[in-house]
Amino acid sequence: MGSLLGASGATDFPLLNALIFVPAVGALIVALLPRSRPDLARPVGALFAGIGGALALATAWQFDTAAAADAESVGEGFQFVSQQSWIPDLGISWHVGVDGISLWLVVLTSVIVPIVLAGVDPHHDPKPYTAWMLLLQAGSVGAFVALDLFLFFVMFEVVLVPMYLLIAGWGYEGRRYAATKFFIYTMAGSALLLVAIVATAVLGSPESGITFDLVTLAEGQGLTTNAARLCFVAFAIAFLVKVPVVPLHTWLPDAHTEAPTAGSVVLAAVLLKLGAYGLLRFGLYLFPEASDWAAPVLVTVGVVGVIWGAITAAMQRDLKRLVAYSSVAHMGFIVLGIFAFTAEAIGGGVIQMVNHGISTGALFLLVGMLYERRRTRRIDELAGIQSAAPVYAGVFTLIMLSSIGVPGLNGFVGEFLILIGSFETRRWWTVIAATGVILAALYLLWAYQRVFHGPPAAADRQTADLRKGELATLAPFVIAAVALGVYPKPLLTATEPAAKCLVMHVTVHGSGEPSDPADPVLVFDRCEVRDGNGSAGDSIGDRVDDTAGDNH
Amino acid sequence: MVELVWLIPALPLAGFAILLLAGPRLGEPRAGWLATAASAGSFLLTLVTFGGLLGLDSAAEGGAGGHGGRWFVSTLFEWMPIGGLEVDAALLVDPLSMTMALFVTGVGTLIHLYSVGYMGGDPKYSKFFLYLNLFLFSMLMLVLGENLVVTFLGWEGVGTCSYLLISFWHERPTAATAGKKAFVTNRIGDFGFMIATFLLWTTLGTVSYAGPESLAAGAPALATGTATAVSLMLLLAAAGKSAQLPLYVWLPDAMEGPTPVSAMVHAATMVTAGVYLLVRLNPVLDASEGALLVIAIVGAATALFAALAAVAQHDIKKVLAYSTVSQLGYMFLAIGSGAYVAAIFHVVTHAFFKGLLFLGSGSVIHGLGDEQDMRRMGALRAVMPVTAVTFIVGWLAIAGVPPLSGFWSKDEILLAAWEQHWLLWAVGLVTALLTAYYMSRQTFLVFFGGRRWDDGAHPHESPPTMTLPLVLLAGAAAIGGVMNLPLVKDWLVLEHFLEPVLAHPHHFGSDTWLKWVLACVAVVAALIGIAVAAAAWLRSRIPTDRLEPALLENAFYVDSTISNFVGGPGTKAFEAAATADRRFVDGAVNGVAKLVRMLGEAVRPLQSGYLRHYASGVAVGAVILVIWLALRGAS
Repeated sequence: MGSLLGASGATDFPLLNALIFVPAVGALIVALLPRSRPDLARPVGALFAGIGGALALATAWQFDTAAAADAESVGEGFQFVSQQSWIPDLGISWHVGVDGISLWLVVLTSVIVPIVLAGVDPHHDPKPYTAWMLLLQAGSVGAFVALDLFLFFVMFEVVLVPMYLLIAGWGYEGRRYAATKFFIYTMAGSALLLVAIVATAVLGSPESGITFDLVTLAEGQGLTTNAARLCFVAFAIAFLVKVPVVPLHTWLPDAHTEAPTAGSVVLAAVLLKLGAYGLLRFGLYLFPEASDWAAPVLVTVGVVGVIWGAITAAMQRDLKRLVAYSSVAHMGFIVLGIFAFTAEAIGGGVIQMVNHGISTGALFLLVGMLYERRRTRRIDELAGIQSAAPVYAGVFTLIMLSSIGVPGLNGFVGEFLILIGSFETRRWWTVIAATGVILAALYLLWAYQRVFHGPPAAADRQTADLRKGELATLAPFVIAAVALGVYPKPLLTATEPAAKCLVMHVTVHGSGEPSDPADPVLVFDRCEVRDGNGSAGDSIGDRVDDTAGDNH
Repeated sequence: MVELVWLIPALPLAGFAILLLAGPRLGEPRAGWLATAASAGSFLLTLVTFGGLLGLDSAAEGGAGGHGGRWFVSTLFEWMPIGGLEVDAALLVDPLSMTMALFVTGVGTLIHLYSVGYMGGDPKYSKFFLYLNLFLFSMLMLVLGENLVVTFLGWEGVGTCSYLLISFWHERPTAATAGKKAFVTNRIGDFGFMIATFLLWTTLGTVSYAGPESLAAGAPALATGTATAVSLMLLLAAAGKSAQLPLYVWLPDAMEGPTPVSAMVHAATMVTAGVYLLVRLNPVLDASEGALLVIAIVGAATALFAALAAVAQHDIKKVLAYSTVSQLGYMFLAIGSGAYVAAIFHVVTHAFFKGLLFLGSGSVIHGLGDEQDMRRMGALRAVMPVTAVTFIVGWLAIAGVPPLSGFWSKDEILLAAWEQHWLLWAVGLVTALLTAYYMSRQTFLVFFGGRRWDDGAHPHESPPTMTLPLVLLAGAAAIGGVMNLPLVKDWLVLEHFLEPVLAHPHHFGSDTWLKWVLACVAVVAALIGIAVAAAAWLRSRIPTDRLEPALLENAFYVDSTISNFVGGPGTKAFEAAATADRRFVDGAVNGVAKLVRMLGEAVRPLQSGYLRHYASGVAVGAVILVIWLALRGAS
């Protein structure tokens, strides 16, 4: 690991630890601010969060893609690794590192929190609000970089409390019900997670002694098949609640709708990703064989989420609930991609996580801005907003198109890569999921028509257009949506090696009896092709034969 | 010169960017002139690139037809490189892309120019040109894209612009609904596009059009089943974009947009994208005769169906809309018959005469103060002479009167259809007769007969920015046939030019005698159509009320049936799902919560706080434990 760090040209500065501790310390400082100066809370908080964001961008800048591409296993792909002994008797250590999968989630988290802190007014009690937001940032980053099961669990839990308090303290009318539901739901998942983590460490540790170290456990594969499958199920349920998938999703629309705007943005952009990220890191990596075994169920669950989320989104009467349900559909794509076991689909899934954070985060911001003006989010109480607020409508249109997946904008890249990658191994599932693309246009354009088009009523006509500050808050989202749609290559280059290694890992440790005879061979073949001389053309003949075989 | 190809789409994109940042400040008419200049520059660059293409060695290997020809690929950057997927942002210069780009920028520039006058006084003047430039950029990406994914970028881009432009006057609920309908219907086609892309990539390992590792090179190795599946998915995609049965429903409604949009997006350029896509992937289609037949049948059915609907429309633009659907059907019939060149030939001539007819109708609407009902027009040739004369040229061209351009391209299609199956030819011929009839009816109703407009209306000829494009398009519609005259083999310029793009160049009408007979029959059919229309609408020899049955006026009630289904059972089903989500899925969750609380209530008495209760509990437990251990030890 050390040589890798050296090779990557990274300094000795513990970047990842700083990414966790800067916002954490910020939270503490904000909490200690004098009570007489509540106005200081947000600027100070945004400053600390912003330093975290800058450090995250520095991490991405320094991330060595060449070294990542040289890694021969998932474990070798981690960079900026830092490991300190923590509870040595139990084999627990403070072990952090990033690879191409977690890197962009860290960046997303660290950049989005300062933006919403600076851009969204909580209206009351800014001090605790800011402190909780900072803690949320610290915990989420910690969960994304943790390479120790116990550390991950701690970070995973650290995230829950601030989110609960943000919903309960700064939310809308139904906040208590929503916050409690959110908390109980995810706590139930956490309980399973804790049991599974302990079981994995106890049963799966090497003979040299118990360890909670992710890389050691995952590369060692010490669990028996049945134990691994049981543990996987427990992990998976905890993460699937978080994603969420149908039918474990009903906490989400309530939590999203009742949360304050900043809470909704962070919930969508960051917290849901914890679930999907968990499936990759603690599902596929830790339990490759079990993942392979459970894949048919999980891709089905993903596809059901795509369709069900879209259909239910279409019929929502509350604009914010509609956006929340659209999240269910988008996250369904990601689950499909993860369990398709191809580099394209997993890479696409990671990109889609980032893109969903951008598009849905921006949509929540936009809905929040509309609510500030009109004190309603009910679709039937709004009309003709485009006439009154053309700039607002224009930004909404662009973000909507990105969410629909129009090429040239960010949403398309992830969706397309997931679908094309999944098509290789899960043909019919993908065909069904692709109909979600039609439904996405349906529910978003229909809502847009009802809210923005048509003749405006008197109240609609007075809806003010975006102010400069709001435009500045939205600008990073708009720029990212266009930039990542046109030139996603930097993200893909960094993510590709990690995705490929993960696919290899699953293929090597998988059951060996693929669910669909021809396909995993194809997956493997593809990795080889790229590793070799980089020409995809060599295998054209083989693939034609494969298909020819399929068709006769 | 071909290296400059990236500038062709870059100019309208730059126009879009400038208008986005400074459009309202530029104001009227400068915003319009800027957009027109961007479009005109794009046209000139296309000419330059075209010249460069002609200068390339025509014996190069590995073109988009799989066997060579002039081609050039300009790779801008890697777009989505991951795993085995290599998608470049790359442009392809070859005969097909240049043919498309030439008429797209050419006709597009004229329509930009026309809009400078037509949109005058609109409060969102600069926004209109912003969308128009974005549309032109997208359309150029569509036709110049070097692989399926870049084409898809353009494909979705033009769909988005079409949505924005149809719902341009968004305060009108009908316009808003029409825009949404267009986008969603097109998305059904996009589903087909994506599945076709996935299938081609997983089987051939590439999405590129040109080069040694291209779709064209791999297509001959495709199994028939795969080729059929891909072709049918491409047909679905093309049917959405090019308004074929049953996905045509959005196009008549799209007339809610401003008339230049109808001319440019919904007649001349965007709707031909489906035809382009199918021709581009002709090596795949050629691998499946079954799919070709299906395409021919869909095309013939659409052509006849829409022509029948056009017969009974009263709205001047609706006639042209159904006519467009019908003419697109001809192009699909051509593709299904293997006559790819004829399809592209008709795409180009149709762009001339249908663009002309739409702009002419716009001039009429403009002159009459936004009147669109032909029953309140008539005798306009006196007050709008330029519009009338140019419209008449368009009418004769689409009716198939020689030697105007429509005759030549339609003749090619009918010839190819004859060789596919005589029944397809017969449908095409009946459609030709109907086309001549309904277009004559329209021309007579609008420009001839007695005046039926109100005294309040003051029809007037349109300004020069609008009439100049009419005159130029009329010229093109009149002589456009010279591109591909079948009289002498050397005159088949377009056919020779496009030949490298085709995997299997078919030659139709080797039998000269048959060719002449079919051409004469087509001309006779056109003349009958015109004669019947003249008798009915000019001389009133035929009672006209029976010529417009409600069945045709409502286009066989296809659209209303679909709308009723979507609005009725469709919405109910969605509503039921949402209700189920609330009642059952979420209900179960809350049910569990309630159950837990009830359990809690039930066991609460246990926690009484009395030590003796706990003590007895411990005692009972201990006893049970002892008994259990004893029993276990005993066994």
